[in-house]
Order: sequence, then structure tokens, then C-alpha cells
Amino acid sequence: MPLSVKHLLGIRELNVQDIEQIFKTADNFKQVLQRPIKKVPTLRDTTIANVFFENSTRTRLSFELAEKRLGADVINFSASGSSVSKGETLIDTVNNILAMKVDMVVMRHAASGAPWFLANHIDASIVNAGDGTNEHPTQALLDAYSMREKLGSLKGKRIALLGDIMHSRVALSNIYCLNKLGAEVMVAGPPTLIPKHIEALGVKVEYNVKKALEWCNVANVLRIQLERQHKPLFSTLREYALYYGVNKDMLDSLKKDIVIMHPGPINRGVEINSDVADSNQSIILDQVENGVAIRMAVIYLLSGKREVVE
Amino acid sequence: MKTLLDSTHLNITLQRLAHQLVENHLSFKDTVIIGIQPRGVFLSERIAKLVKKISGNKNIDYGVLDITFYRDDVHNNNMPVPSHTDIAFSVEGKCVILIDDVLYTGRTIRSAMDALIDFGRPKKVELLTLVNRRFSRELPIEPDYCGYSVDTILTQKVKVYWQEHDGKDEVVLVDKLPAVTQQEDAPARKKKK
Repeated sequence: MPLSVKHLLGIRELNVQDIEQIFKTADNFKQVLQRPIKKVPTLRDTTIANVFFENSTRTRLSFELAEKRLGADVINFSASGSSVSKGETLIDTVNNILAMKVDMVVMRHAASGAPWFLANHIDASIVNAGDGTNEHPTQALLDAYSMREKLGSLKGKRIALLGDIMHSRVALSNIYCLNKLGAEVMVAGPPTLIPKHIEALGVKVEYNVKKALEWCNVANVLRIQLERQHKPLFSTLREYALYYGVNKDMLDSLKKDIVIMHPGPINRGVEINSDVADSNQSIILDQVENGVAIRMAVIYLLSGKREVVE
Repeated sequence: MKTLLDSTHLNITLQRLAHQLVENHLSFKDTVIIGIQPRGVFLSERIAKLVKKISGNKNIDYGVLDITFYRDDVHNNNMPVPSHTDIAFSVEGKCVILIDDVLYTGRTIRSAMDALIDFGRPKKVELLTLVNRRFSRELPIEPDYCGYSVDTILTQKVKVYWQEHDGKDEVVLVDKLPAVTQQEDAPARKKKK
């Protein structure tokens, strides 16, 4: 069964069957990744361009590895050092890449909505690898997949998203994804970092991190996105760490073991302390491992939708 | 619809195939059995069970192989949900008996050989199929052990039903499948036509 969409732009456009299908396929790819030969020849006739207009380590490496494990040819493009700095437009850049016979584009862009704009103008399938403060669908999928691996079905499970909700695309995609899978979602952080009217998405709002931790089964701690905060939203990082950071004492004071997640990169000692990030409650490195399998599944399932060019 | 093998006949055929395997491989010391997902597994389980009984060796290595990611028609198939691969032993230097229910174009077996070789370098690979649809091969692949040979045309389809999955043991030749039964593993198939 193919996905209901041609592109993976956001979780918002996916239905529950799509998400389940991606998870089922990822299970099999995870198995492939544990073999001595961690590679299948499925997409040996496919070329994929990773077009990154914004910095990335994990996501780009993860996509590149996923593509290579599927046997696809990969070209990488990053905006710094390219003709974008000479003033080339987004469509021109991508069309030039597509003229080299590329079948799929994985794209990250600092402007929210950029992949939707591009989807209206080009024929190739697009995978959104993060657009501005909007969505980061593969991250949400791998987060939910990792939670499921740890907790079983997410129906009725309580997930807290902590920290910079306002600037985080991971938060929005997580909310869509977890809601669709039937989990209860809470966002928690300083009032200045929580968007107004976010309750409309069906989430609880809490301003006390300790209370949020007491409520939840899983805490997904998000990064403080200093690069997107153009005005002061809290006084100092030290103060933020003091009032909103997650530390070991806080975790130990809870009467239960909760699962700790973080999409990376970690600001150690700000939103999360090292003793939490490296504790055995943390599944941060499992997230990274699952990321490759999830991205293989997404690329594999989208590649069935190729239109034959005569 | 025409019955090619009924339950009694099918079970006699399985006995023969198992005996042929034991005849060639005796104690199965360096021989392993691998069934191809999804439909070949019912056959391979039966064969493995019979072979264990006949040869007296209870520890024959047995695995199942999914070939979805090795197919050559990724872009025009319907993206089937992959099944699990489970090969918990090394195939390096072993004789591998690949098992599938129906041999038709040979493309599945080609993919299976590719998939298998990613697990190591077997000394030899043999192919066992229950039904051989002759004269419809698209690749030069022939079975080493064959239960039943049948001449078919394109619009016909061979269906194998298994007691443990479909509630009966039977091999039938269908002229044209009704739309609802064309989907693999659809529950509707269990109904008597």
C-alpha cells in the first residue's frame, strides 16, 4: 500500500494509516541495518538530492546514510558556498539540480512553507527535512517510533514537550503526529516561548516543568533555538537552566521512571543536564539510530510514486 | 477453476519432495532450508517438518527470507508491506535450499538469490517449488525439486491454499480472479468460491 501523499511535507497531511505503514516498513529496515551487509539494492536506479539551505549535522547525515543504504545515488548541496549567495532563487536552484536528472529532493529551508511552495513548481517528490519554525516530519516520525519501541502503543500515553515550543518545528510536527496516534500531549516552558492559542491544537499547556514531568510518561526536551530568537525572551541561559532545565535531582524526585528524549543538538547544561542526557532513562541515541530506518522507510514508500517521463 | 492437487495428492507430493531432499542431503549437516516470504513459508515449514522426521536430525537450520527490497519492480508495484526476514545462522559455505510455492517468471527467485547472498556466500543454492508454471519464465531459472508441473497462459493464475492459513490444502488453477480476491492475503480469499 503506497502512502496517500506524493511528498512528505508535513505530518499534518498524513493519515494514521500512512504513519503505521511508515513504522511497519521501518521495522524491516531496522532489521536490515543490523546485518553484516547493511544495504539493499532497492533504489539503485534513483538519484536523490539533499538540498540544505540551513545548517544540519544529524538530519543530513541520517538522510544521506538512509539513501545510501537503499542503494540510491546521492548528491549533496548546502547553501553556504553555493550560487545562492550570488542571488539565485530557490526555484532556479532546485530546477538546475533537477535538470541533472534527480528523482527526489530532500530539503531543509529557513523559511516556513518553502517545501510547499516548491511542491507546486516541480515534479519530483519532496521530503521536508525541516522548514523554518513549521514542520520537521521525519523527526516527529522517529520520535514517535522510538516512544512506541519503548512504551508500546501510544494510545492514552502522556507526552510532554519541554522548552522552546515557539521556535521549534520539532514541537509542531510532534504534536500533529502524537495526536494522530492517540497520545495526550502537553507543552511546557516559559510563557514567552509558548505560542498563544496553542491549546487549539489539542494540547495542554503548563508553565512549571516539574509539574509537567510529574504528569508525563515521556519528556521530549527541545533545544533553545537562540538563532531564531530575534528579541530577548528570557533574561539569561543560566536563569533558564535554573527554572526550566531538566536535571537529575528533578528526575529522582519523581515517583516513576520517565523516558527522556531530545532531538539534538543538545545545549548541555541549559535545557537538559549532562547527567540526565547520559542517564539510562534517556533514549537520545536510540532516536538517532531509528532516524536512519525511518528515513529509509519514507524514501522507499515515496519512491513508488514515480511518474514516468517519456 | 480447476483443482490441480487435492489435499491427499498434495500431501503425497510433499512427502516425495521431502524424501528427495533427504536422498540428496542425507543428514542435513551442511544444508539449510530457507522459505521465501510470504507464501513460500507455509510450504517451507511443512517441508522442514517432514525432513526433520525423515532424516532424524531435529536441528536443521531453518529460516525465512523477505525479498521486497530486492525486487526489480519497485517503481510500478503497489508497495506491499514487507514481511520479516529471519535467518539466525550463517549461510557461509552451506548448501541452501530455497523454497517457494509457485515458480512463474523466475523474478522472485532472482531477487531471493540476491537477498541471500547479502547474508554470506553459500556453497550451493538449490530451488524447490511446489508448482512449476512451465514456458512462462522470463529468466533462466529452473527448479531442482518440483512438485507439479503445469502449462498455463498469462491470464491464468495458480493458487496454493494451506490448511494453517486458508483452512484447506489445495492447489487450483484459476482462469480469471474476481476483483476482490486479487489482493494478496485478503481475508475474502478464505471464502469458498
